[in-house]
Amino acid sequence: MNLPTISAAAIASIACTVLGVGGASAADAKKGQQLFITYGCYACHGYNGQGANVGVKLAPDPMAADALANYIRNSASAMMPPYSEKLVSNADVADIHAWLASQPKLDPKNIPLLKE
Amino acid sequence: MAQDATPNLNRRKFLTGTAVAGAAVSLTPPAGTPGGNGQALAQTPKAAPPSAAAMRAESAQPVAYSHMLDGKPGSDFMVDVLRALDIEYVATNPASSCRGIHESIINYGPEANKKPELLTVMHEESGTAMAHGYAKVTGKPMALLFHGTVGVQHASMALYNAWCDRVPMIMLSGNHIDAAHRLPNVPTYHAAQDPNAMVRDFTKWDDQPMSLQAYAEAMVRAYKITMTPPMEPVAISLDGHLQEHAIGKNEKLKIPKLVIPSPPTGDSGSVKELAQLLVGAEYPILVVDRAARTAKGMTLLVELAELLGCGVVDLYGRQNFPNRHHLATGPAAIGRADVILGLEVADYWGTVNQYMDNPEQVQKSRLKPGAKLASITAQDLYIRANYQDFQRFQEVDVAIAADAEATLPGLIEAVKSAMTASAKSKAEQRVAAFKKAKAEAAARSRAEAAHAWDASPITTARLSAEIWNVIKDHDWALVSRDSGQSNWPHRLWNFDKYYQYIGHSGGAGVGYGLPAAVGGALAHRAHGRLAVNIQSDGDACFAPGALWTAMHHKIPMLTVMHNNRAYHQEVMHLQRLGNWRQRGVDRAHIGTTIDNPFVDFSKLAGGFGMKGFGPITDPKELGPVLKQAVQIVKAGEPVLIDVVSQPR
Repeated sequence: MNLPTISAAAIASIACTVLGVGGASAADAKKGQQLFITYGCYACHGYNGQGANVGVKLAPDPMAADALANYIRNSASAMMPPYSEKLVSNADVADIHAWLASQPKLDPKNIPLLKE
Repeated sequence: MAQDATPNLNRRKFLTGTAVAGAAVSLTPPAGTPGGNGQALAQTPKAAPPSAAAMRAESAQPVAYSHMLDGKPGSDFMVDVLRALDIEYVATNPASSCRGIHESIINYGPEANKKPELLTVMHEESGTAMAHGYAKVTGKPMALLFHGTVGVQHASMALYNAWCDRVPMIMLSGNHIDAAHRLPNVPTYHAAQDPNAMVRDFTKWDDQPMSLQAYAEAMVRAYKITMTPPMEPVAISLDGHLQEHAIGKNEKLKIPKLVIPSPPTGDSGSVKELAQLLVGAEYPILVVDRAARTAKGMTLLVELAELLGCGVVDLYGRQNFPNRHHLATGPAAIGRADVILGLEVADYWGTVNQYMDNPEQVQKSRLKPGAKLASITAQDLYIRANYQDFQRFQEVDVAIAADAEATLPGLIEAVKSAMTASAKSKAEQRVAAFKKAKAEAAARSRAEAAHAWDASPITTARLSAEIWNVIKDHDWALVSRDSGQSNWPHRLWNFDKYYQYIGHSGGAGVGYGLPAAVGGALAHRAHGRLAVNIQSDGDACFAPGALWTAMHHKIPMLTVMHNNRAYHQEVMHLQRLGNWRQRGVDRAHIGTTIDNPFVDFSKLAGGFGMKGFGPITDPKELGPVLKQAVQIVKAGEPVLIDVVSQPR
């Protein structure tokens, strides 16, 4: 069975609730990269958070840390299964966000194969 | 040909003194051959107890050899019929129940093994999927030649895919219906009273002709049925004796004339009503799935869309519409439309509704309130009960039971007649908006493709961009689906010809991809096209022998492995279930991933005699290797590149 795409609009429509997640500066981006794989985020969003037809783009330019945390916790009405604090701690979410925020933004104009 | 119930060779006498030799068919070996002194094998001690095989042979009824040899074999006539139907290829895995027609195909007449040519396959499922891919490029059926019972069971899954995908093919299977005149043991295990029963739920028609004249008529009827929309597979059982016996001296055989029925078109009143609905709409759209059966279908859809100035959502059951055309749009348009015309949409309900695969199983309409729905589909003309390929019922406001492509010319004329100045003006405004949105979408695709450009595993966007770079100046065709690669080929490549994409499997039965690509590439070979197969790893492992068929028959094809080292769809399913149940995802890889060891697809290709590259993990290596590989394909051979890729 095909997994429907989670639309960016669906994510944006979810109200942001502060969950006490730390900002990128207090978090560990390197650890976040590992957690991104451990928690299986890569499966739908790609190893670099670049997105796919089964999971929205998370990087570069990720949504705000609090919005990301809220989505992870409260995505029951969307396709993504919610990750409770039992499964992913707030600190881990912060680390993942830090890693996503550290992803470089590449300009397609500088990539010959994408100039078309 | 009526069978003579009185064999003229008394096997009991023939086998006198040969029982211990134990051969089911006992012949006198010629002098000079091992054990051959020109005498029958009667030299073993007569006191020795007979073996089980010898007992079976002894108790078996004789085979009517003179019936087999006195005149033109029945199977030669069977080949005459295949030639009359212009069957180009017969995909076969050799089977004793088909040996008569097999021998005729390869030895009979000046066109022996040229028309038709045998395509040797390593699994009946692969052969059927090859016919599937071939039919979607050529628009006509390939014949399959398999063992009855065991071969048909192997073929059945791929046959179901073809059924779901509305694809023509003719499956021939051997059978020995006469218990008194068939060999014991294996041939009897492989015989059945009703050999096509197991596939009857997903074949459109089947027959078991008991004379050569009935065979000729059955084959012409089968061809007509499989080629009439909705096109579906058909199955004909070939009796072994009918194949192997000679044609009766007084038997007058005739191959009926083949006239393929014109496809069913929509009733003119309903078509007129539909045209008025479309012309009067504020924001009409077309949703197309298997709407185009031929290149003409794409041309007609472009004409209709341009006339209406409406968006076209291509669900890519086929390449219905040029993907870079300014009116080609995405599924979001469904929610904006006030009139939607679905053309051969396999799952209309699933297209206009959203089903969330989560514990709440939320179902909601994507439609704008008050939107009117219309459909033109041959599915309304023919449906079966058991398998659920007809999908969930969707109510519509106008339903035209007809073939969409055949109905398009009438609909276009009706739209022209109904068009008003006001409708034309609205259409022009929509076109301007679509052009702007199309340019923005293309820029967005390029920007998104840039993300993680140098990542390893290699992104599917980079993989697709690199392939496009080496094929775009050739006459190319993609012979695989691209949803597993997040549709990047359709986001980055220019699909402006019908044959450049053949859609998906239909029934989502895994194992279709590789052999269907080989079948598609075989069809493209006649036109000198560069066939490209972006191949998922899990699918390739079902029946990798399809690579051997490609190599053996010199079918040029560029296979680029999308090797994400998993049955990745199932990884995601297991993750979701684990999280819903609060057990986490850390064990979701069990039973879903393909590692420890990784499959080395380059070596796998090498084992089949095919040049293989990789595994490639550095994206910078991909471009140069692709250039080398294209040269090999242009020289007439298949080639494989193993690319370690991101999941989707």
